[in-house]
Amino acid sequence: MYKSKTQSAKYKVKARNLKFYVLSSSFALFALHLALCFAQPISSTELIKDAKQYDGKMVAYQGEVVGDIMIRGKCAWLSVNDGSNAIGIWVDTKLIKDILHTGSYKEKGDLVEIKGEFNRSCFEHGGDLDIHTQSIDKISSGREISQALNIKALHFALGLFYAVFLLFLLKLWRSKRGVPLL
Amino acid sequence: MILRPQLTDIKNIGYYLGKITLGLGLTMFVPFIAGLVLFKEPNPSLDFLIGAEIAVFIGLALSWFCQTERELRTAQAMVVVSLSWLVAMALGAIPLFLSGHYKSFLDTCFETMSGFTTTGLTLVQDLDHLSRTHNLWRHLGPFIGGQGIAIIAISFLVGGSSGAVKMYIGEARDEKLVPNVVNTARFIWLISIVYLILGTIILGAVGISIGLKPQSAFFHGVCIFMAGFDTAGFAPQSQNILYYHSLLFEIVTIVFMILGSFNFNLHYQLWRGNRKEIWKNIETRTFLFAVMLASLITIGALRHFGVYSGAMMLFRKGFYQIISAHTTTGYMSIYAQQFIKEWGDVALTALIIAMALGGCACSTAGGIKMLRVGIIYKALRQDLKKMLLPGSAVVAQKFHHIKTLVLEDKQVRGVLVVTCGYIFLYGLGTLVGVGLGYSPVESLFESTSAAANVGLSCGITDAGMPVILKITYIIEMWAGRLELMSVFALVGFIVAAIRGK
Repeated sequence: MYKSKTQSAKYKVKARNLKFYVLSSSFALFALHLALCFAQPISSTELIKDAKQYDGKMVAYQGEVVGDIMIRGKCAWLSVNDGSNAIGIWVDTKLIKDILHTGSYKEKGDLVEIKGEFNRSCFEHGGDLDIHTQSIDKISSGREISQALNIKALHFALGLFYAVFLLFLLKLWRSKRGVPLL
Repeated sequence: MILRPQLTDIKNIGYYLGKITLGLGLTMFVPFIAGLVLFKEPNPSLDFLIGAEIAVFIGLALSWFCQTERELRTAQAMVVVSLSWLVAMALGAIPLFLSGHYKSFLDTCFETMSGFTTTGLTLVQDLDHLSRTHNLWRHLGPFIGGQGIAIIAISFLVGGSSGAVKMYIGEARDEKLVPNVVNTARFIWLISIVYLILGTIILGAVGISIGLKPQSAFFHGVCIFMAGFDTAGFAPQSQNILYYHSLLFEIVTIVFMILGSFNFNLHYQLWRGNRKEIWKNIETRTFLFAVMLASLITIGALRHFGVYSGAMMLFRKGFYQIISAHTTTGYMSIYAQQFIKEWGDVALTALIIAMALGGCACSTAGGIKMLRVGIIYKALRQDLKKMLLPGSAVVAQKFHHIKTLVLEDKQVRGVLVVTCGYIFLYGLGTLVGVGLGYSPVESLFESTSAAANVGLSCGITDAGMPVILKITYIIEMWAGRLELMSVFALVGFIVAAIRGK
């Protein structure tokens, strides 16, 4: 009787341990899955193409900040372009203090990784396809793009200018003989 | 017997073509100066100086070698108009090609033809890094082409000759606002420039209110106005209208798209204080009915299939796209692939029909046009009445377009010829698309968008699409803008040159 009692207590402990292992390993697997989801940024093409599949899910998205940062109260709109498409990013203004460069003709924008909730048609924003950001990591800083004058193009333009000017002078000379200038 | 064109015919065409080329070259000085003074972008400005100089040189050379005092004949005027659009495409493409944002010269030709014809399909690469100077030219193209390339020449270089009248008609504008065609052309410019100033101020102010910096807001304002009022659909950023994430911005663009798709004659009547015309005119009535029907079907289908749920979503995505399609603007508040992936067949069909029907005649819009749709409806009604009434009854059908007119068989025939031409164009592009492996729905969508000068895309238009499809769409945009007649005249001229005696 005493033996069986101790045995059942042992079984209980074992079962409890097993439960603990199963729960902790499934939690670890879930966390790993989430980490993997976030670890591998999804491309804009994939997000747009399979928008229904990703709708409402947490995604990681990487790209260059382009255009204007449009501040709307406590939040702002960023456009992040991954080389194929730009996607609108809705973000708390506190998270964008590190963003100093936005992509344009004169600047290469900061490269960032966004983690947040993807919306196929955001209810809050009139159906826009967007990402509501939870965190932003700046991967690399942007820079100004130097614009050295293209000397070859300048020479070519000057050459053409002489040709046009000469032709115009010839036409002007011809117009004095009664032929209309234009 | 077909008569081969004489050297004098070719000289006559070359002379007027030279003047139009010269006019186009002069317009390139606008981005050149803006780039140099406002945007401080010397290299892009140089691209425009080169482009302008080449155009001016060709223009001067053509008017030198083809010097003539002969008046243009109707067929010649049509050839001049159709050729001028091809010349403008090639010359206007030079500065864009020099930007390095296009994969080939054909892609830049596609872009300029799309701009001049107010279509809005684009093949630009990395638009978000394109200079403001080049971007201004992308948007100035529709502003020039929307009013008409030949209209620039008529307004400033050709004068009030009979050739001017023929060129005006050849550019698919058969309505004169005032008796003199030069004054009509100038009035069209006056309307456009007044709207441009107002539109830029309004959109600039809205831009500032939604968080754009003042300089950026007014740059976006002028670009979006030119492409919106001229029903082109280009935008300075790759996300198109979605970039702004603003209901107010979308409402303002809806107003400009509708204004741009209205007949210039209607603007003239409103300008003169004749406000009743807007409610009486067959075009505005047809437009209102068609938009309501298309919106009901689209919104109903989008809601039924759960694509968008709330009223705001349905307005900003469904209604906005219908207005964009019907006015043939092509502004997009969703991504191209979403049409095919999410919208479903019913909403897509309504959108394709809206694109095919288009805006009003004598406007910057493309497609079959509301005047023609209205006339076809009236003709059908007349025929039905004739069937139902006794044979001896005289059935006269009237319609109101600026004044009350009696419907004539000649008008109906003309309308049906052009309508059939458009249907042929839509079908031609669809066949080529299907032949190249795209699905029928995608092919029909993109082909209709190109031929009706809309600019909405379901994703086919891309720098990687086959060359044959790019050429097909260029031809569709060109023929659609000129309503086919001038293109037929050019084909006839080429045939006569080859086979004539």
